[in-house]
Amino acid sequence: MRYDHILVRYGELALKGKNRTEFENKLKRNIQYAIQDFPTAKVKKTYGRMMIELNNENPEKVMEPLKHVFGLSSFSLAMKSPNEIEQIKETALQAFLQHDGKKRTFKVNARRAFKPFPISSQEANQIIGGHILSNTEDVTVDVHHPDIEVNVEIREQGTYVTCGRVEGSGGLPVGTAGKVMLMLSGGIDSPVAGYLAMKRGAELEAVHFHSPPYTNERARKKVEDLTEMLTTFGGPVTLHVVPFTELQKAIHANIHSNYAMTIMRRMMLRITEQIAENRNIKALANGESLGQVASQTLESMHTINEVTNLPILRPLVTMDKQEVIEISEKIGTYPISILPYEDCCTIFLPTNSVTKPRRDKASRFEEAFEFQSYVEEAVANTETITFGRGQQKTNQDMDDLL
Amino acid sequence: MVYLDNSATTKPWTEVLDTFYKAASSYYGNPSSLHHPGLEAETLMQKARESLASLLHTKPEELVYTSGGTESNNLAIKGIAMKHRDRGQHLVTSTVEHPSVKEAFLELESFGFDVTYVPVDARGRIDPEEVENAVREDTTLVSIIHVNNEIGTIQPIEEIGRRLARYPKLYFHTDHVQGAAHVPLDLSQSFVDLCTISGHKFHGLKGTGALYTKQGVYLSSLFHGGTQEQAARAGTENVPGIVAMSKALRMSREKQSDDKGRLSSLKEYLMERLQKIDGAIVNTPIYGSAPHIINVSFPEMKPEVLVQELTRHSIHVSTKSACSSKLQEPSAVIKAAGLGEKRAASAIRISFSFDTTQEEIDRLLAVLNSNVPEMQKVMGEKK
Repeated sequence: MRYDHILVRYGELALKGKNRTEFENKLKRNIQYAIQDFPTAKVKKTYGRMMIELNNENPEKVMEPLKHVFGLSSFSLAMKSPNEIEQIKETALQAFLQHDGKKRTFKVNARRAFKPFPISSQEANQIIGGHILSNTEDVTVDVHHPDIEVNVEIREQGTYVTCGRVEGSGGLPVGTAGKVMLMLSGGIDSPVAGYLAMKRGAELEAVHFHSPPYTNERARKKVEDLTEMLTTFGGPVTLHVVPFTELQKAIHANIHSNYAMTIMRRMMLRITEQIAENRNIKALANGESLGQVASQTLESMHTINEVTNLPILRPLVTMDKQEVIEISEKIGTYPISILPYEDCCTIFLPTNSVTKPRRDKASRFEEAFEFQSYVEEAVANTETITFGRGQQKTNQDMDDLL
Repeated sequence: MVYLDNSATTKPWTEVLDTFYKAASSYYGNPSSLHHPGLEAETLMQKARESLASLLHTKPEELVYTSGGTESNNLAIKGIAMKHRDRGQHLVTSTVEHPSVKEAFLELESFGFDVTYVPVDARGRIDPEEVENAVREDTTLVSIIHVNNEIGTIQPIEEIGRRLARYPKLYFHTDHVQGAAHVPLDLSQSFVDLCTISGHKFHGLKGTGALYTKQGVYLSSLFHGGTQEQAARAGTENVPGIVAMSKALRMSREKQSDDKGRLSSLKEYLMERLQKIDGAIVNTPIYGSAPHIINVSFPEMKPEVLVQELTRHSIHVSTKSACSSKLQEPSAVIKAAGLGEKRAASAIRISFSFDTTQEEIDRLLAVLNSNVPEMQKVMGEKK
């Protein structure tokens, strides 16, 4: 007898009334996506939770990707037993013995959801606890602070025994909040912003501004790798790579250098909005944090934000740099983000940018050139690539070598 | 030709050579270069790293590519000892290590490090408890070979690792060169901090190897220069060699799963028949040994003579380890197992690959059976 199921719990979903079915379906789909390397494992919805039937897949390995699925509050390995007390006792004992971790003290927490079962929850606690005690050494019951809780759920179709639980990522299932367009630079902040947006249920597409030859192929590769990493937390992510060189050159030629950065940001936002509208996406997201750099003062946000009506999610807006770095280390994007390749923001960045730009001045500067055609051309020439499992740009030549 | 010296080196598989050739000719950029060929080479190397990592159950970034087993062993041992020398200067190893481990420890002894050598029993096996007993407050490294390169004994690495896991201040290294193809360790489960593998022992090319360095383990590097391999090993990466090594290990795993214990049976078959030859004593233990190494002594004969005689019949075996066989010294491993000077001085090693066949073993046995009695007589008279 061994652990053959994973019981998945989701907290916040239960509160969401009418949307519940949709949420559960999304969550199920996301779990399936996360564990698709284990083709015989099956996900089933049951009574406000999900059950993964392992069908001989390695339990530890299947649990690993679950830690990244948003919407899970916790999960546990489970053993299934027929509704017969002798078998339940033995299953509970095996579950206890096979549990990895500290277990000097325990308590049994039986729940008889299936009322026709002849033994009450209280009686079951005693019978099962006694069975574990008499088959182990140096183990005692502690009902207040046990090392481990042996949960026994007696349901109509069988009894599930779990020991302990692994905390999930929390949040909401990716996809339940709709789609947002993330402005992804390749630095530390924007991937974290994307991650946090996903945590609240947003599905992502990303836009990146690429200015060859001023930004090189590795800078682009870096953004592709970051996009690939973000797919770990939800599903496939589509990346839009915008050719930005011509527009940057035009800004450089036509705009006074202390407003160049502000205008460039406004152009980026116009392009992003256009791509979002083409993709039927209703909000943008970026990695701005209030006051972090010149472009992120309130005056800058006010002036830059003028060009779009779409809501802009700024998950990092109140965070300190150190907090952002900690998240980026946790989710694994940090080592990629700090690779030293310049992006389009740093390459033309003048040293004398205004920190308090004004809307009226920005608009007046923009009249200096016919920017709309540049915006349209950039949108038209944008390259779109989808990342995620089964979507990778496979390089057959290279794979053949391995 | 019957090649039975696969513990010294193996023949690179054709597919592996094809990979090497294609990688060397199509992806010759320096992975650190900014331009397109550089990026391509880096991408290919990263794919190779991911593939190797998944075969070894590690994370890609935990693999440091090296030039082979000797370098990996030196990097692990000197790298840990030097990095942590302010915390402690006591090291633990066994009496049956490969020369690249043994000599690295001798070198460290000359710098003032204190080394404890854990003995083995008659099967060449280490008692995990003795390893644990050797650990002191100031121990920084324990290095134990996984599969012995001369007699094939498998050391209880996982049990040693489990015991050592209770001493969080020390690091545990294993020389997995002989085990990688035939007795693979699952590095995610074996409580090992550092692990050496070498490409040419599993049909890859010479000059390729890796050191698994568990996340969070820091060591001093032997080579200083660029920041390749997370600065643990400077020098332009051997991209085609690395790619070929990944391919070779993948093919080895496939062959191992297709082999279904055939090599083990072949080993038992050979050991049984060797024992029947007059004057032969098998040194490899029947249980707890790798399926590809058989060590046998002919105490009345000089082993070089037997190796020469077999080579004359196009059958190639070796006297002990290739790294020390040119020295006219008895086998330190067999001596350490307490099997006596005579057996130690007269051992030959027969080592299989996945491609070794029953017919080849029968040819070896035929030559031994027909020539050994005669040769023993001649050499016996000399005495």
